[in-house]
Amino acid sequence: MELYELTVHELLEKLEKNEITPEDITKSYIERINNKEQDIQAFITLLDKEAEETAKNIEAERKKYEGIPIGIKDNICTKGVKTTCASKMLEDFVSPYDATVVEKLKDEGLIMMGKMNMDEFAMGSSTEYSYFKKTKNPWDLTRVPGGSSGGSIAAVASNMLPWALGSETGGSVRQPASLCGIVGLKPTYGLVSRYGLVAYASSLDQIGPATKDVEDCALLLGLIAGHDKKDTTSANVDKKDYLAHLKDGVKGLKIGVPKEFFQKGINEEVKENILNAIEIYKNLGAKVEEFSFSMADYMLPIYYIIACAEASSNLGRFDGIRYGHRAKEFSSLKELYVNSRTEGFGDEVKRRIILGTYVLSSGYYEAYYKKAQKLRTLVINEFKKGFEKYDVILTPTSPTTAFKIGEKSDNPLEMYLADLYTVPVNIAGLPAISIPSGVDSNRLPIGLQLIGNHFEEDKLLQIAYAFEQAFKFREKYKPDFKK
Amino acid sequence: MEISREEILHIAKLADLKINEEELENYKKNLEDILNFANTINKVDTQNVDISIGTIENVNVFREDEVVPFENEKGLLENAQDKEDNMFRIPKVI
Repeated sequence: MELYELTVHELLEKLEKNEITPEDITKSYIERINNKEQDIQAFITLLDKEAEETAKNIEAERKKYEGIPIGIKDNICTKGVKTTCASKMLEDFVSPYDATVVEKLKDEGLIMMGKMNMDEFAMGSSTEYSYFKKTKNPWDLTRVPGGSSGGSIAAVASNMLPWALGSETGGSVRQPASLCGIVGLKPTYGLVSRYGLVAYASSLDQIGPATKDVEDCALLLGLIAGHDKKDTTSANVDKKDYLAHLKDGVKGLKIGVPKEFFQKGINEEVKENILNAIEIYKNLGAKVEEFSFSMADYMLPIYYIIACAEASSNLGRFDGIRYGHRAKEFSSLKELYVNSRTEGFGDEVKRRIILGTYVLSSGYYEAYYKKAQKLRTLVINEFKKGFEKYDVILTPTSPTTAFKIGEKSDNPLEMYLADLYTVPVNIAGLPAISIPSGVDSNRLPIGLQLIGNHFEEDKLLQIAYAFEQAFKFREKYKPDFKK
Repeated sequence: MEISREEILHIAKLADLKINEEELENYKKNLEDILNFANTINKVDTQNVDISIGTIENVNVFREDEVVPFENEKGLLENAQDKEDNMFRIPKVI
């Protein structure tokens, strides 16, 4: 077995026993990148030379994670290395500081292998809206990896990285993780610092791990979680030991299944697969019960109204003055703003800014934005009621498996439907994980989503781990780079 | 529902964006589709419901407005296209 096929906890074990060195790991991954990146197109900036150099200089007395490579989504700021958000607007932007999560990873000695492709400003569900390139799904190169963290996820799924960081606003880690057959976690809002994450929708955004298995997910969450005074919305709670209960099983735990998530728009094979996963949980000793989630129909409207409203405000900062694209031609300050923004933003970003500006504009604010915020309260309350009865809520991650490149990119509303099951979690600020639960008849991965109560990531990981160990997806299926 | 061309142009202006004829038609159609879809939220009675601005503590977060020195002033300025000394330069306003 090649080193690049191993999980991080397996690599750590080998390092511990002195069977391998950090240099071996980096070399193995760089070799893999050299073989696969031309097909996958996951990296915007590749730091292979720097990584090799860093690995070479690691001394025998090293920290636990020193020498483990990682990829960072290109909307997370990295000092001295470009952070483009996959936009022409930030094509040459070099952050003058590190995001808090990057600082934490650097302190632990992780090696940055590159900045990963994404939908422009994280707006999209397929990574097709990147200004630079389209990332491909390792299971079928004619299909999308999902998005917006498509680069991070596809790189882990194709073993070009042992793990990576993505970011979420409405499912941008979980949905691609589902489409590419890996593990993706969206932490509780406030558990991971957003300082240095380029803002899309501030009340929904969270950084999250993309990993090969659940144990790695627990490890990476442990590295990035924790209060940060530089982020005013960072929660003042102690991070937990996410490994402590990982192997405790699910006997006696209660799983709620919202029946509305299995009705409209779901692919039959996905539905059958998730129902099968429910049987596995029952066999493992969990108590599974169906319940009704009455707000299900309103999730996408609430999400797109709030997300776009916040985006239109957040993206107001890009004006061509302090950083970002600046138009060559203008005759006034106003024209400099307008021309820089018009040239710098792509089509989908403009669409969302326009939608967001519309729902915030005089005459529509009450009907759309305020109404959506009220419905948000109802969604939060409905989840609260759910967690009085259940330890976790189980749903599919995505209504379909990976779709063809180009299939939905011209129809925004179609594309938005890909987020049907993931957005409720961001609206309510809850943690949720996607784990692979099988493949469809085209051998494309299907993902199972577990939603937990606020700050109960440990329980979420424990329940995910039980399924993973029973189902053994990684032993059964591997991406075959079908052309 | 229908949104007028003038309305789209007004919104684009508010957002500091210039849109051409083709984009105007596209965004108009997209916006109409999305809002028609979003109008289902009006079915929900929210008469006695408060708004949520966040999810855990539904409060605004305030902090002292303190000046903290930033150690990489050079890095900050390096991203600007037009600058002089340690200042950003903009076109003449008056």
